[in-house]
Amino acid sequence: MFGRLTWDAIPWGQPIPLAAGGFVVLVLVGGVAFITLKGWVPFLWREYITSVDHKRIGVMYVTLAAVMLLRGFSDALLMRSQQAFAFQSGGYLPPEHYNQIFSAHGTIMIFFVAMPFVIGLMNIVVPLQLGVRDVAFPTLNSVSFWLTATGALLVNLSLVVGNFSRTGWLPFPPLSELNYSPDVGVDYYLWGVQISGVGTLLTGVNFVTTILKIHAPGMTYMRMPIFTWTSLATSLLLVAAFPVLTATLAMLTLDRYLGFHFFTNEAGGNVMMFMNLIWIWGHPEVYILILPAFGVFSEVVATFSRKTLFGYRSMVLATMAICLISYTVWLHHFFTMGAGANVNAVFGIASMIIAVPTGVKIFNWMFTMYGGRVHYASPMLWSIGFMVTFVIGGLTGVLVAVVPADFMLHNSLFQVAHFHNVIIGGVLFGMFAGYTFWFPKAFGFRLHEGWGKAAFWCWFFGFYLAFMPLYVTGLMGMTRRMQHYDVPEWYPWILVAGLGALVVLAGIACQITQLVVSIRHREELRDLTGDPWGGRTLEWSTSSPPPAFNFAVLPHVESKDDYWYKEHSLDRRPEPEPQYQAIEVPRNSATGFVCAFFATFGGFGMIWQIWWLVIVALLGAFATFVVFAWRDRTEYEISAEEVARIDRANRLARSQARAALQAAE
Amino acid sequence: MTAFEAGAGYGGQNRGGRPVTILGGGSEPLVSHADGSPASRRIIVGYGFWIFLLSDIIMFSAFFATFAVLSSETAGGPSGKDLFNLTNVAIETAFLLLSSFTCGIATIGARARNDLMYYGGMALTALFGAGFLYLEIHEFVGMIAQGAGPSRSAFLSAFFTLVGCHGVHVTLGLLWLLTMMAQVFAKGYRADILRRVLCFGLFWHTLDIIWVAIFTVVYLLGSG
Repeated sequence: MFGRLTWDAIPWGQPIPLAAGGFVVLVLVGGVAFITLKGWVPFLWREYITSVDHKRIGVMYVTLAAVMLLRGFSDALLMRSQQAFAFQSGGYLPPEHYNQIFSAHGTIMIFFVAMPFVIGLMNIVVPLQLGVRDVAFPTLNSVSFWLTATGALLVNLSLVVGNFSRTGWLPFPPLSELNYSPDVGVDYYLWGVQISGVGTLLTGVNFVTTILKIHAPGMTYMRMPIFTWTSLATSLLLVAAFPVLTATLAMLTLDRYLGFHFFTNEAGGNVMMFMNLIWIWGHPEVYILILPAFGVFSEVVATFSRKTLFGYRSMVLATMAICLISYTVWLHHFFTMGAGANVNAVFGIASMIIAVPTGVKIFNWMFTMYGGRVHYASPMLWSIGFMVTFVIGGLTGVLVAVVPADFMLHNSLFQVAHFHNVIIGGVLFGMFAGYTFWFPKAFGFRLHEGWGKAAFWCWFFGFYLAFMPLYVTGLMGMTRRMQHYDVPEWYPWILVAGLGALVVLAGIACQITQLVVSIRHREELRDLTGDPWGGRTLEWSTSSPPPAFNFAVLPHVESKDDYWYKEHSLDRRPEPEPQYQAIEVPRNSATGFVCAFFATFGGFGMIWQIWWLVIVALLGAFATFVVFAWRDRTEYEISAEEVARIDRANRLARSQARAALQAAE
Repeated sequence: MTAFEAGAGYGGQNRGGRPVTILGGGSEPLVSHADGSPASRRIIVGYGFWIFLLSDIIMFSAFFATFAVLSSETAGGPSGKDLFNLTNVAIETAFLLLSSFTCGIATIGARARNDLMYYGGMALTALFGAGFLYLEIHEFVGMIAQGAGPSRSAFLSAFFTLVGCHGVHVTLGLLWLLTMMAQVFAKGYRADILRRVLCFGLFWHTLDIIWVAIFTVVYLLGSG
């Protein structure tokens, strides 16, 4: 009846996962009970859960990323403290638990923190920057989000029911094959990542179509903001890379479930196929994450330097060059596999070449700041912190692209330090900059600046304290994923790294405080101008938060940084009131939520081999699609009078706020 | 494309006084994309679906690459030469190519609002597709019966996965096909339904393209 699922799946004998799982369940149940008692369920259902508005979906993505960041970071604290205790002793985490923790940490941080954060910002910003009213396929967008949430739910479920994978953040065979990992851990990984991967792929399809086909009039390619360009590059990579992940995980699934021989040691299976396939997805994935962060920095640096971005065309070219070259470097993840000197050389050189367009970008940002009136607001601090940190991470990357050096450093903590250097110093700093920068656009009030700066400094120094020692221990020969060790020379460095993790914890505490303080003091932080920073791109031309239709009339774009030039031209006159027309916006749809509901049970059924549940879920999913396809009214109309009423109120608030600001100056 | 453009009833276009759509088709005249104006709903949907199909083709390319690497790893078991029946494969190919033709007829029929062409074309497509599936399942069952199932060797794992993945696509396509027939029957030739018929056509023709590659890479090269 319940396949492999029995009462023993709950870790009764292991206090740490049991307590952690119990705590999470308690928080979840408490949260749901609180929301229900407060009577917020209809509001949430109407405004968020079933919303197909890109801004709301973006907010949900970022919220998911923030919650998962707490989960992934608590894994990091466990690892750092384990290694601090495990010098010449066993530490407090048994190996089978420790292995789950580092696997879950990587999986969650990449798939459920970095990805949703990036996609969330893209959702909130890209349609606004293009000057349009939504993405190409709004309901599909909601489906994408909820499938990602399903993946996150399944991975976290493994905390309480069963166990998670112990094979690292990528399930390398033969360890991940049934012979060596007979329990449900790898299955949780496979189905969690597979389901969320489908959602991510659909996001890519959606955003490629949106950016290439839906523009405000006059928004030609070479007038698009850089964040939109980088989002395009990321979406193209999503479309081109994620199918490979789907295929690879499907093959491993067939190996495990039906006794196929893709990656086994028997019957002609080839483990090296897996390495190649997973990294053909895995390396573009790195650029999927970092490119939108580059886009954020481009917007932030230009805005806070009061200058147009230096070298716009070279920035576009560099972005698209990275997009292409990112497909030709995957083999550098396994130089030591022994593909041969010539093959290694080709991929080593390609890996060094990809640093060139990245270098172009760094210089562009520096030249943008040069001669500008630089304003050191917290988004700008994140950007400058990124420039310093990312250059170090990039250089160590070029270092390990040198094949002989890589043979020495492969699988060492030097690698771990390198990729955390680029992912924290690049992706995460970028996402935090974007979060601070666009928060007022999404909610109509700014985040508290003091707590934001405190968070930045804690993260910045915490990062250096936590990861610079790992470069050192890596060079001293310490390999990654060690549950315990006996070398006295490593010990002090590991303690410093643990201290760094605590400083980062302080940074996260500052961010939580910042959010709470900002919400409590939102009236003081309120921005009625729609443009709190003196922005340059179209998202700042509408109110904050924007109405459901974003723009009462579509803007007519005449140049790059069109909004800035129109705002700051000398003969600027108040715009005449436009001719308002009725606007059709898509109706809410529960399709995404219901799909995710069935996907959750379908995935759970596959993991525990409860076949009837899988069949019911598949039928449910098909029925959901048919019901969706049978809708007769897909849009509702906002009348011209209503559009006029909303827009007039927004214009009035905007001009009054500006007059007040000018009077204050 | 002119036949498509001439076809009646595609959405996104604004005719006097109708509300502006969210995609911004609105009151802007439909001009080419190069000057930065929005495209019509039909172009957007077709384009988006093409992007999705490209991703599907990339997924297949991963299976093709795996098959290419593993095709000689028979682990002492049967190879393609021992297993493939080219007559069977030729009939499968004929069925699929003919179904693409009838699918084209159905698409034109839908645009022309000609019931006979649409339902007739779709029904023939479904028959050819089902015939193809029958032959494929028959081939698979026969192979498994003689001990050449997917767990026999890496070659057979790759074979069953690549060809089977195409078969799963055909099955889903049939499900979609029947749904589309029911939709037109229930709702008529509405603009949004016609866009879905267009997407279904693209999907079905893509399966043909992939089959041509399978026919060549798996069966012709494998029997040689």
